[in-house]
Amino acid sequence: MLPLADTQFVEATWIMVVKSLVIFAVIFGILPLMTVLERKLIGRFQHRYGPNRVGPFGLLQPLADVGKLISKEAFRPANAIGTLFILGPLLPVLSGVLALAIIPWGDVQGGVGFYGIDVPIGILYFFAVGSIAFYGLLLGGWASGSKYSLLGAMRGAAQLISYEVAMGLALLGVIMMGGSLSLVDIVHAQGALWYVVPQFVGFLIFMLAGFAETNRTPFDMPEADAELVQGFMTEYGGMRFGSFLLVEYMEILVVSGVAAAMFLGGWMGPGPSFLDPIWMLAKMLGLVLVFIWVRATLPRLRYDQLMSLGWKVLLPLATLNVLVTAVLVVTT
Amino acid sequence: MAEFPYLKDQDVVEVQRGPEPGGVGGAYRAFGETLRGLKTTMARLIEGPLTIEYPEEKTPVYPRFRGRHKLHKFEDTGLEKCVGCSLCAAACPADCIRVVAAENVPGERVSAGERFAAIYEINLSRCIFCGYCEIACPFDAITMGHDYEMADYDRTNLIFTKEMLLAEPIERTPLRAEGE
Repeated sequence: MLPLADTQFVEATWIMVVKSLVIFAVIFGILPLMTVLERKLIGRFQHRYGPNRVGPFGLLQPLADVGKLISKEAFRPANAIGTLFILGPLLPVLSGVLALAIIPWGDVQGGVGFYGIDVPIGILYFFAVGSIAFYGLLLGGWASGSKYSLLGAMRGAAQLISYEVAMGLALLGVIMMGGSLSLVDIVHAQGALWYVVPQFVGFLIFMLAGFAETNRTPFDMPEADAELVQGFMTEYGGMRFGSFLLVEYMEILVVSGVAAAMFLGGWMGPGPSFLDPIWMLAKMLGLVLVFIWVRATLPRLRYDQLMSLGWKVLLPLATLNVLVTAVLVVTT
Repeated sequence: MAEFPYLKDQDVVEVQRGPEPGGVGGAYRAFGETLRGLKTTMARLIEGPLTIEYPEEKTPVYPRFRGRHKLHKFEDTGLEKCVGCSLCAAACPADCIRVVAAENVPGERVSAGERFAAIYEINLSRCIFCGYCEIACPFDAITMGHDYEMADYDRTNLIFTKEMLLAEPIERTPLRAEGE
């Protein structure tokens, strides 16, 4: 029986509300800056500057982008299915915001836990909520009434089943070593040694699956702007398209947050304890940089290549990792 | 120099194939190649951008760059070099030069020769910047300049008259330095 998170820990309702608002405000302040960061870094990777016209260093570029997207017509194809078409971009936003809740930003300090909520089932919640995002993708792609969207959605479904198992197994090693499902407890268990060292294989598999989870290169088959003209997003315009983009960055942050908490020691770092959220954010942004770096480097894999990578390489490797970890945990 | 992958006097060509994809070796090679790719892009990041930020910064042109035309005067006398012979108009493949010549009147000479160009117009919206006018001119009266920023909202503004071509053009384009 795994010890669960402390379910007896209670906070006042107003503290919960304030916490949620702060997390929400900070993340939604970071998201637009991430888009600029990505475009500027991709530019640098290709000997260019990237956006540098709007505002100082191009920092106001997302404002201009959002202004443009909002002013666009909310177009809907004639043979689209109305309600599902509108639901398409909403579900991923919902899942992204829900998943943010379990990212631990710090320990309990002065009666306030520096996290949205410490769910007893912890990482399972991340999987449960994260998978909802794919419903948005599938519904949106199918309800668009366009062959490109449908192809993108089908690819998304095939991609989901290829990496999700390996992703879960990759985290299983950490859960066994930490002896808990709660992210807060797992971070506590990394006081002596970050799990990226003993669970390096698990970290690699989780990051690879994370690229697939967030539909990023080299696994951006559902989007595939070259062959499927943005796949499931083809028929979306205006802010609906914008929210799909927003969600992509939010998912990157969530995956980076989970990876930072599970493998990189979460909020742990030198300095006084009020710096903990800063450390967590720094580790997350470090992983975001890896996402951008990989996007600048790797071409898109073929559809069947991802399937064979997921089933033939990642899954056996993750299983082996779990077995070895289990033996080591039991014997030592 | 790279060695030929085949011998010239043999019919059979040995094709060099890469290792078979897939399997443990394939995964290992893919991992290594991925790291190599990441190293390559990181090196580009460190090198920094090569962009020339155009409106603020301009690409220098070579001395023989063929930009907008210039008409010339003699520096000592101030007389126009053009004698209105229309050879440039005859050489122009795009037919964009119009020359109407007139006789020089003693006392108010315009050019050094017998005649001068009363009207000299180049329609830059038709000009293909081939430089044949410059070659055809027997007096070096017309040459190609270095200016290439001639965009305009109105086509009529692109018909350059003699006064505009004679005027010292604003040097907006940097010239490439020796050996650059």
